[in-house]
Amino acid sequence: MFRNQYDTDVTTWSPTGRLFQVEYAMEAVKQGSAAIGLRSRSHVVLACVNKAQSELSSHQRKIFKVDDHIGVAIAGLTADGRVLSRYMRSESINHSFTYESPLPVGRLVVHLADKAQVCTQRSWKRPYGVGLLVGGLDESGAHLYYNCPSGNYFEYQAFAIGSRSQAAKTYLERKFESFQESSKEDLIKDAIMAIRETLQGETLKSSLCTVSVLGVDEPFHFLDQESIQKVIDTFEKVPEEEEDAGEGEAEPEAAPGAAGTGEQGGSGDQDVAPMEI
Amino acid sequence: MTTFTVPIDNGDSVRIAEEESQRTLYPYVTGTSIVAIKYKDGVLMASDMGGSYGSTLRYKNIERVKAIGKHSLLGASGEISDFQEILRYLDELTLNDNMWDDGNSLGPKEIHNYLTRVMYNRRNKFNPLWNTLVLGGVKNGKSYLGMVSMIGVSFEDDHVATGFGNHLARPILRDEWHADLSFEDGVKLLEKCMRVLLYRDRSAINKLQIAKITEEGVTVSQPYSLKTFWEFSSFHNPTAGAEGSW
Repeated sequence: MFRNQYDTDVTTWSPTGRLFQVEYAMEAVKQGSAAIGLRSRSHVVLACVNKAQSELSSHQRKIFKVDDHIGVAIAGLTADGRVLSRYMRSESINHSFTYESPLPVGRLVVHLADKAQVCTQRSWKRPYGVGLLVGGLDESGAHLYYNCPSGNYFEYQAFAIGSRSQAAKTYLERKFESFQESSKEDLIKDAIMAIRETLQGETLKSSLCTVSVLGVDEPFHFLDQESIQKVIDTFEKVPEEEEDAGEGEAEPEAAPGAAGTGEQGGSGDQDVAPMEI
Repeated sequence: MTTFTVPIDNGDSVRIAEEESQRTLYPYVTGTSIVAIKYKDGVLMASDMGGSYGSTLRYKNIERVKAIGKHSLLGASGEISDFQEILRYLDELTLNDNMWDDGNSLGPKEIHNYLTRVMYNRRNKFNPLWNTLVLGGVKNGKSYLGMVSMIGVSFEDDHVATGFGNHLARPILRDEWHADLSFEDGVKLLEKCMRVLLYRDRSAINKLQIAKITEEGVTVSQPYSLKTFWEFSSFHNPTAGAEGSW
């Protein structure tokens, strides 16, 4: 996108009916590291790539528990994401307190979307620069939603956001039809495989990703490193055509240092294709 | 005259008097007991149709049990106008719930907890809704029966009663209630309780309704009367054992 005379304020329309500031906010989501969500009839899996500012620092938290039955994965300005997660937790707990009953996730995402919309219609505000993948339960089962800085929200069977998410989406598009009836284990495996797609060449290790699960009769929780590594081991043993030669053998821990070129993951995402989300 | 000193700006005594008169101090038109039980298919709730004005049995056509949404029944004893206010709050609540139109709906547990919050908060402001509420319902096959008092005391049980019902009906229910009562047995049990209340509660009238809620929905019976028996021999000469009394 190029600069133009209609992109200074969020309250200025362009002659073609666009709000550029909102679209720029959606660009910020694409710069964040990848986050992926998938759901079956009874479970939702959220997974993300762990990105650290530098080798010295720890990685940023991108998946948050909102309640026992709702979790959210974010991509974009993590500060905005943290604030919105706090809002979601607050809404959820207030509902629980008044009604002693879990807030249906469909209603939470509408509240969230309405909050985002306000920021697209006030001259003294700016849109939130974060995309949220909200997974949760309500009376009709498990749901996955994507909340956009524009104030729109969509329901998905599976979705990926952030940098190099198109690779993950391609993988998910091939397999999504089976997700509704998938078992929890298969869903987790598909999530980690989708994460692998976004790494594009880097060896997949459990330290590089965070995975969380929630389901009917199963409160939101994170998978520990061992469980993730176990799942990785089941498919890293089978060399596939897309994998680089020499990678992905039967070693339980991936060999350090030999991860090949393109070791940095985080900075310089100029190779992100300007795709539509 | 009992007054609470509400700590507000002391300079304005007129305002203090106005604030006092805005709070509920005592009830005026009241309903008497509600008795409710869980049975095989859901919940049964019985109440009479009387509204007393002090010791006068003034109103004889008051429905004290109402359907709330698709899944619940609310019965109230105590101040009738406060009950109507509560019905308005619940109306708003169920309307907003319906407007979501998203396949989720408020069940009896949610409504019970909402009412508990309302009653407790009013009590904390020294302005209670002068009712004891009974909330029964069925959702997704599960029956629910609970009670909230005017000070916000709230609990669930297999059978509940308010007011005099607590003292006269609950003992009968404790002895004779069991799980999976049939509809006929449930009604018989409730009628037994209501008959005792009719004999012994001065504010009860002989015109009652029994409401039923199941997975299918709510049915409130037409008003009817219980058969009573007054020909006990001791009633013929009531002062036989204590000459000189009346």
